[in-house]
Amino acid sequence: MANSVRMRAKATGNVVEVKALVQHPMDTGQAKDKNGNLIPEYFIQTVEAKVNGTTMLNAQWSVAVSKNPYLAFQYTGQKGDKVELTCVDNKGETFTGKTSVR
Amino acid sequence: MNRRSFLHNVFRTGTLASLAVAGLALPKQLLAAWNQKAFKSKQYTDAISELYGSSSMEESDNIILKAPDIAENGAVVPVTVESELPNIESISILVEANPSPLAAEFNFGAGMRGYASTRLKMGKTSNVHAVVKADGKLYQATKEVKVTIGGCGG
Repeated sequence: MANSVRMRAKATGNVVEVKALVQHPMDTGQAKDKNGNLIPEYFIQTVEAKVNGTTMLNAQWSVAVSKNPYLAFQYTGQKGDKVELTCVDNKGETFTGKTSVR
Repeated sequence: MNRRSFLHNVFRTGTLASLAVAGLALPKQLLAAWNQKAFKSKQYTDAISELYGSSSMEESDNIILKAPDIAENGAVVPVTVESELPNIESISILVEANPSPLAAEFNFGAGMRGYASTRLKMGKTSNVHAVVKADGKLYQATKEVKVTIGGCGG
């Protein structure tokens, strides 16, 4: 699952904007496949962002977040900060990404 | 401990151990963080109560909720929440007409700016609510998004 999170972080002055794209189907549990069977819920439940090892953001998501989720947030920081993102879905799979602030 | 519960525990630990081996064991604090009750609430005010312990909110001009007036594709509706309110602890986004209105909650640590952006699914035309918890109080902004094609069908 190494490449499932794509991230970019850019500093403008002391404001850092982090953008992330996660590859995940985010199945709602309400859609049906072509045989009419319900596709079970399969979605990212929690997202944690750490900056230089300190938790900055803790998010909880529902099935209503779109497929291949996009997330952006801003914090007060600087170039060179190490940003790490960890997503955990309802099957317990973990998706991680990291980047340095440019 | 009686025999029954002893066996039960052995079985349970055994199962957990094999799950761990299969790589399915979850970091406990992350698992506990997902608020099942709030996310399964059918009314958006109930979801807010489950999440924050109260649903009394003030309308605030200091929350900018950016979302399209008309979303052609309900499966991907970009939503951005921005606020200059001091001491923001959390931002939530709720889609009133979705089967489970609470879509996402963002808990902020120190140093975060009042900004969160994501993309959501919307089943049909609905009010979208941005709820911001700042200084222990709840504020909200609301915007109606018209959906041409729903995002929850197969």
